[in-house]
Amino acid sequence: MDLAYSAEYEVFRAEVREFLKKHKASAPKGYGMTRPSGGVLAWQKLLIANGYAARTIPKEYGGFGAEPDILKSRIIAEEFTAARVPMGLSGQGISMFVPTLLELGTEEQKQAYIKPTLNGEIIWCQGYSEPGSGSDLASLQTKAHEDGDDFIINGQKIWTSTAKTADMMFCLVRTEPNAPKHEGISYLIFSMKTPGIEVRPLTTMTGHAEFNEVFFTDVRVPKTQIVGGRGQGWFVANATLKHERGMLGDPNQAGARLREIIDLMHSETLDGQRLIDNPLYRDRLVQLQSRVLAMQFHGLRLLTASTKGEDAGLARLIVKLQGCEINHQLAALAIDALGELGVLYDDSPHLRAGGGWQQRYMFDLGLIIGGGTAQIQKNIISERGLAMPREPRPAKA
Amino acid sequence: MEFGLSEDQRLMQDSVRRTLEKVSSLERVRTAAEAREPKALDVWHALVELGVPGLLVDEAYGGMGLKLLDAALIAEVLGRFVTPVPYIASSVMVPLALAALGSDKQKETWLPKLASGEVVAGAAISERAAGAREGGGVTATGGKLSGKSLFVMDFGAADIFVVADKAGGLHLVDAGAKGLNKVALTTIDLTRSIGELHFDNVEAEPLVSGDAEAGLQRMLDAGRIMLAADTLGAGWMMIDKAVDYAKERKQFDRVIGSFQAVKHMCAEMAAELEPGRSLVWYAAHAFDEVPAEATLMASHAKSHLSEVGRFVARTSTEVHGGMGFTDLLGLHYWFKRIGLDRQLLGSPERAREDAARVQGWGVA
Repeated sequence: MDLAYSAEYEVFRAEVREFLKKHKASAPKGYGMTRPSGGVLAWQKLLIANGYAARTIPKEYGGFGAEPDILKSRIIAEEFTAARVPMGLSGQGISMFVPTLLELGTEEQKQAYIKPTLNGEIIWCQGYSEPGSGSDLASLQTKAHEDGDDFIINGQKIWTSTAKTADMMFCLVRTEPNAPKHEGISYLIFSMKTPGIEVRPLTTMTGHAEFNEVFFTDVRVPKTQIVGGRGQGWFVANATLKHERGMLGDPNQAGARLREIIDLMHSETLDGQRLIDNPLYRDRLVQLQSRVLAMQFHGLRLLTASTKGEDAGLARLIVKLQGCEINHQLAALAIDALGELGVLYDDSPHLRAGGGWQQRYMFDLGLIIGGGTAQIQKNIISERGLAMPREPRPAKA
Repeated sequence: MEFGLSEDQRLMQDSVRRTLEKVSSLERVRTAAEAREPKALDVWHALVELGVPGLLVDEAYGGMGLKLLDAALIAEVLGRFVTPVPYIASSVMVPLALAALGSDKQKETWLPKLASGEVVAGAAISERAAGAREGGGVTATGGKLSGKSLFVMDFGAADIFVVADKAGGLHLVDAGAKGLNKVALTTIDLTRSIGELHFDNVEAEPLVSGDAEAGLQRMLDAGRIMLAADTLGAGWMMIDKAVDYAKERKQFDRVIGSFQAVKHMCAEMAAELEPGRSLVWYAAHAFDEVPAEATLMASHAKSHLSEVGRFVARTSTEVHGGMGFTDLLGLHYWFKRIGLDRQLLGSPERAREDAARVQGWGVA
């Protein structure tokens, strides 16, 4: 156990701090759901040039080209968070599509897409889930049939975040209808401007349309737009999902949320008493603090395992389940501490945090369901982590 | 930056685990529990052989001079095998109190004997750690103790006791002292000996070579981390037993471990308990390396492991179905060990109040 960083890393940390001091004023406040503005694009370029975004992506594809170093990545995240400066652009293009293309794309595809994606010039959306294919994603029915050098796509996708602003989609379609379900899927990439694509916003329980439905009617895409070969889509997608699961349940996000609640309980009063001095709410706060701390230390343990190239096994499999649950419980505590104020929403008088606690409470329930439901996570934990048997499949009727 | 165990720590924990697998079998635990042995002698000797009682004792006094994280790793395996021997008071809390507050003579007299396993020490600090019940509390007047202390840890085999008085002072009392009356208490957990001390003007040596309040807090922090580690080990054994049972037991022509209802119970236990391991590690690390956080982290470790421990204990029992409820299977030894860990040295509620207090919350 040695929680200090070695001199090399302390030097690196000092460099990051120096950069932030110098450039903080030109940093954007944050990123919305809209297309990145000119200021955001300039910031992204500056971050890439200094190795604080696209750090390990090779230079030839528009990245910074550094060797992977998990500790340096963590230091960057820590320092940007502490300075309240937004990190580089994320989103499904940068965090999911680029790693997939690097692993499985052709040289032409890499040259064409990685650099503009990193620079924020191409925005991507993910076309995986369908109304009839959620947890059982491999049962997806959106079809692509051959027509000369093209595929013609017909079907529907759902839960497509950023589809409204996206330029491109990476999409799973069934190209081999007679193959077993996992072997009949291909991973296609195409422009959202292709004729026959219709995007309809999907309003959720939060009252906002954080997602969309996408409908395909005779959408023509050249066969060269496949990543990883015909019928290989399921395996390509799994390479991508691996990147998504790592993003959900981040314990440092829970840590930041916990600090917000501690502030809230110091500033809000009930019958003239600060909430932090109310033993009932305080006990719930400390209970959640234990859980957040446990997950943060757990995160450090996983980080150490990664730097040593060790497989953390079960310890890694529980992060999405626990992290999303704790975030949800934190929002629940904030709402309960606010009591009747906690149910105010939209533009109501007396509104707290812009209604953000209710918004997060509801949206986090979506995250518990999305990205592999809690129940699917428990299947994974028990089957891969505890070596328990799979549920036998019912005999086909 | 390295958050994890060293190779030496893994090897040490492994060697104690391998020994306990042999000497602290369920059959042995059962005979010790049924006979109310306060110290299962053969198990004790095996642990003495490995140096366990002297883990935290300075090398100058014949111990190994290791850190609290090492002691927590041992507490975890002792919990895993519901080992019926003294440890938390005798090998952790009392040696730490003697090292911090003992005179040279007191250290020379007791530390080598504690390290060699020749002497067992109990800790009577419940009134200061968990709060006083049943009129508990000890008063020190002119070097003599009066009153009573309940829920004394490592009670039955103890040759000496460290006793906290109401004013925060700590005292060393010989188990054979005149005016000292010992009453054993029977708890659900028969793998550890708990009792009550009555003092009628009993001769005691004060431990005064340092800040007694701080010394008592260190004893409490260390004890809480050990109880958390004990629950971690006992809890993981209960998960392992549940998973093994679910892979063997058949109903409706299937092993019950293939039913999602059962698998999800096992997944939930693992997901709840495993992050507690990192919390225990950090709390033990902070005890030695980040003293400013020691009480906060010890309180968190104790309360959190108590909560997830209770969940694991009941859920593992449920996975075992009717068998889990029987004496024959013996699963209840782990259930009860976790049950005692939860209440000793302060309930989770009490530990959380301590965590709040050291952060300045609720003290206005």
